[in-house]
Order: sequence, then C-alpha cells, then structure tokens
Amino acid sequence: MDDKQIAVRFVDVERHFGDVAAVNGVNLQIYDGEFFTMLGPSGSGKTTCLRMIAGFDHPTSGKIELYGKDVTGLPPYDRDVHTVFQDYALFPHMTVGENIGYSLMIKRRPKDEIHKRVTDMLELVRLTGMAKRKPSQLSGGQRQRVALARALIDQPKVLLLDEPLGALDLKLRQQMQIELKNIQQRVGITFIYVTHDQEEALTMSDRLAVFNQGRVEQVGAPSEIYENPATIFAAGFVGTSNVISGALAEKITGSAQTFTVRPEKIDLRPLDARIGKSECLADGVMRDRVYLGMYTRYIVTLDGGSELTVVEQNLGGARKVNAECGTRVRTVWERTNCHPVEEGR
Amino acid sequence: MPGVAVNPETSKRSFASLGKRLSRYFHSHPGFSIFLLLALPLLWVGVVYFGSLGALVLQSFFHYDSYSGHIIKTFTVENYIQLLSASNLDIIFRTTAMAVAVTLASALIAFPLAYFSVRYATGRLKALLYLAVILPLWSSYIVRVYSWKLILAREGIISWFLAQLGLSGLLENILKIPGIGGPSLSMSMLGMWIVFVYIWLPYMILPIHASLERLPKSMLEASADLGARPFRTFWHVTLPLVLPGVVAGSIFTFSLTMGDFIIPGTIGNSSLFIGQAVLRYQGTAGNIPLAAALTAVPMAVMAVYLFLARSLGAFDAL
Repeated sequence: MDDKQIAVRFVDVERHFGDVAAVNGVNLQIYDGEFFTMLGPSGSGKTTCLRMIAGFDHPTSGKIELYGKDVTGLPPYDRDVHTVFQDYALFPHMTVGENIGYSLMIKRRPKDEIHKRVTDMLELVRLTGMAKRKPSQLSGGQRQRVALARALIDQPKVLLLDEPLGALDLKLRQQMQIELKNIQQRVGITFIYVTHDQEEALTMSDRLAVFNQGRVEQVGAPSEIYENPATIFAAGFVGTSNVISGALAEKITGSAQTFTVRPEKIDLRPLDARIGKSECLADGVMRDRVYLGMYTRYIVTLDGGSELTVVEQNLGGARKVNAECGTRVRTVWERTNCHPVEEGR
Repeated sequence: MPGVAVNPETSKRSFASLGKRLSRYFHSHPGFSIFLLLALPLLWVGVVYFGSLGALVLQSFFHYDSYSGHIIKTFTVENYIQLLSASNLDIIFRTTAMAVAVTLASALIAFPLAYFSVRYATGRLKALLYLAVILPLWSSYIVRVYSWKLILAREGIISWFLAQLGLSGLLENILKIPGIGGPSLSMSMLGMWIVFVYIWLPYMILPIHASLERLPKSMLEASADLGARPFRTFWHVTLPLVLPGVVAGSIFTFSLTMGDFIIPGTIGNSSLFIGQAVLRYQGTAGNIPLAAALTAVPMAVMAVYLFLARSLGAFDAL
C-alpha cells in the first residue's frame, strides 16, 4: 500500500465540543481508490471525522489533508468531496433530475451537458426514466440511489457516505451493499463509509478503522481485524469474541497476557479427550445451548469462572460430545487462535 | 334489579361498564366519532364563517335606493360598477399599494430576524427573541397605534432625535416627496407605512420562523457540499423551501392591511383606505350593498395574489 497515493490524511486530529473530546487524537491514512469504512458505536467519533473531511465541522487541533493539500479550514464548497447523507437530504422542491444535476448547475455547465450527464447517472444507479419525478414519489431505496447519483455526478475525488443504508430494511440493505461496492469499483472513486454495522463494514470495505471513544482502535483489512483483533474492543465489536485474562489465561497459555479466541475456532470434546501439541484446552460445564439453524451456539462456564461462547456448524454428522446442559466438557483450540489483545488505546 | 337497594359498589361498577360500552360503541362506529369531533367546528365554520361571507356577497348584489335609504332586494351589479368610479378606484389602488409596501418591508425585516433566531440563536437568546416578537401582541392594538402617533408627531421623539443628529433637513426633504410625504411623519403615508409594518410584523415573522425550523440543516449542508456558496444555497435551497412560510406571512400582512381602518384613521392624511370607506358606507350612509361590494375587493385581490404565487411555484415545496 505504501506506493499508493494518499487520498485523505488525518494528523493528530482532535475535536472538542465543550469539555467532551468527540475526536481524540486521530491519525489515519486513506488511500486513493479504496473503500474505507469507519466503524464504531454511536458517539465514537466516526461521524465527526466524516464531517470534518466534508468541511461541515473543523478540528479543534490537528490537520486534515486531501491528496496532499491541507484543507483543515476550508469550507465545504471549496473541497472536491461530496457526501451521501443519512437522511439523503434531497431537495424536495426539485425533480430527481434537478437534484442529480445540482452540482453541475452550480458550476454553470451548459444545459445539454447537464442533461446528458444526468441521464448517464440515472442509468448508473438504475433509475432510467425517473428524471421528472419528485423525491417524494420515490421509495426509500430509490431516494438512496438519487442521493448517490447526485454526489457522484461531477466525479469528486472522495465520496463520503454517512450511514446511508440505515433507513432501509434488511433485504434492501444487503442488496444496496453489493450495489454500492459495484458502483465504487466501476467509478474508481475513494469511498469513505461510516457505519455502526460490523457486518456491513466486513462486506464492503477494502480496509476499515474501528473507532471507540474518539480514538481509532485498529485499522486494517476486514479479515485482518477479524482474525487478529488488536484490542478487546475491536475483538468484541467486530464479530463476537471470547476474552480471557488473568489466572485463567495463565493456566491455558502459560502467560497472564489477555487474549481472545473466536467462538468458531473452538472445538467441544469429551473430558478424556487427548489434545495435540499445538492445541490448548479448558474444561468447564455446559451452561446453555441455542440452536440457530446453520449453527448451534454453546455457552460453557469454565472452571476459572469465565464464560466461553462456542459455535459449531450443524453439519448433520454424529456429535463428538454429549452436549446436554450440566455435563462437563472439554474445550479445545489451536494455540495460533489465541490473539493477545490490549485493553484499549 | 328492582327492589334491591343500590349498593355504591355496584353503581360504581355499572358506571364503569357504561363507560366501557360507550367506548366500544365509538370504537365500532368510527364515523360517529368523527361526527362528534367535527360537529362544533363545522357549525362554526359553516354558519358563522361561510354563512356570513355568503350573506355579504349576496348583499353586494342588492340595490340601494339613495332617496329613501332603503335596500331593495333585487339583483344588480351596479355596486360593482360603482367601484370603478375614479374616487373608489383611487381608494382601492391606495390600499393595495400600501398593502404591497407593508408586505415587502415586513418580509425584508422578518426573514433575517427569523433566520438568525433559527440558525444561530440558542437557549436564552432564542427565547428572548421569541418573546420580543410575541410580547407586543399582548398589549392593546389601539394603544400602540396612538403611541406611534405621538412618536411620529412633529414634536415627537423621532423629529427630536433627528434634530440632535442634525438631520432635520433630511426629514423635511423626505416629507416633501409627493405621495408619501406630508406636514409631519404622523400625517404622512410614510408614517402610516412605518406603523403598519410595526403592527403586522409578528404575523410575518412567525410563519417564516416556523418554516425555517422545518428546513433540515442537512439540506443546507448538502448544497454547500455540492459546491454552492452561501448566497447560491440561499437562492436555490433556503428561499424556495421557506417561500410557503413567506407567502403565509404575506397573506396575514396583506389582508390585515387591506381591511384595517384604525391606522389610516389615526396616522396619515384624510385620503381614504378601503376599511374606512366600508365603515363610512355602511355606518354613516347605510349603503350596505356598496360596502359589501367594497369588501369583496380585498378578497379578490388575495385570490389573484395566491393564484400568482402558486403559478410561480411558491407552494412546490409543500
């Protein structure tokens, strides 16, 4: 990635609202042409970071660069960046065509050029023939596409998307996730996407940053963050994870370093099962089991007192272990699946 | 249960069950509930409002016998023809021009004030501004108009203040302008215009304020985001979306000015406004048909205004 051009760079960015530090020392590099996601719970500072790239908000200290140019104090209209808003923010008094062509109209482009490019955009977002409608006549998914087309039409260097799929139902959301990704690959523009939905982040992103309490906990590719979470928060927010620390950790791994292990990496075996050299184990009592169709989730209370979540796929074969509640079981996993984590950054 | 003393417990219970039966009845007869809901307002709007309006229009087509002073109930359009006489046209034109001037000035003052209050003021300042707009409406309208007569008088505070600034000459020259001038501010059209704007301004501010409140901030951000500088955002987004509020406010300022007779009777010179003319025809002269016809003028002007506003797209954002 080092040879890639940097699209957006955050240098020690802080944003305080009164006494509250919404963004607390963020350093980030987002590369040209990538689909980058800022993931985090509400209040984690991800939206404030997005708004500072757009220019709606400005850092209290630190600096933001766009393609090497310092834009920290620039107003939104002087930045080559467009936004797809959470509520779409379509202009209700304009038609779909006028909404999409707005930025070109502001730039005083000739009418026939605007018309042609609007028609092209409508085709890109599969809304051909809808130019004369009013936004109020469209469905949620269609409005979403109009907002996307409006932000893409004059080819910004960076497109910002603020939880744009939040208002859509699950099915439409999954469909739009794929479509967004396709459009991004087709237009080749850097997308910066803000969401609190980890599944969405894993599905679409080339890389993602996990935000917590105004800080970036970890940056990396989805598989990297999932397989190798750096902090307890990242481990817990992206997928579910077991966090084991203290004496129990020492008993299992021989070191008191806190580590995480993903539920699907753990194997349930009978108490007398022997384990390989590369494996580690912990015994406990089966507390709960939940059948979830594709897989079954077990909760095991380990002898040290912690609870361990184990997920097994329902493959249809004979079970290796009696998994009735109350029976003692042995949980086993490869040592390489223990990931040491920090308490937080 | 005949012959059995009514136990307070059971009577309470039967009362409760009556309530239950009633609510079930309403639930299963939604039409009846709506009828109950609307009966009073419909009676009010239908009889008191539209009924009297109909009576007014009807009377404007009656004949007034000027010798006997009687009203003869035959159909005639002579009252409307009489409106076209030079003196009546003069009144209509003067009143309409004043209403337009008052509406424009109110909108120009109200918009920035409402914009500031919605976009920038918070907490106390916002409450204070709101109170400043509402408070004058609590005191008597007549008292306020008479206070203005004193303020605008030749010996009033405005003349005094301008004299302190050495600007008396400026005031003298403005008062010499034909049409709007006069012997003093309190006896000029300019003074009347100032008082009209003062009195009706809250009715312009409140609807504009309400429609600005409804304008989402993200709409303005989207416009800036797409490259529009503040003035163009104002022109292409803010103004069109707030226009219904401006039109609503102008309906108030326009129709209130068109019908008023107190302010033209207190401030300004002896030339008549529609409200005064109506008062004179129906009160002193007893010529109710002509007064009724004259009253139809503001309604017609408003109808034309709303039609124009609609065809210019003022309600597209609704």
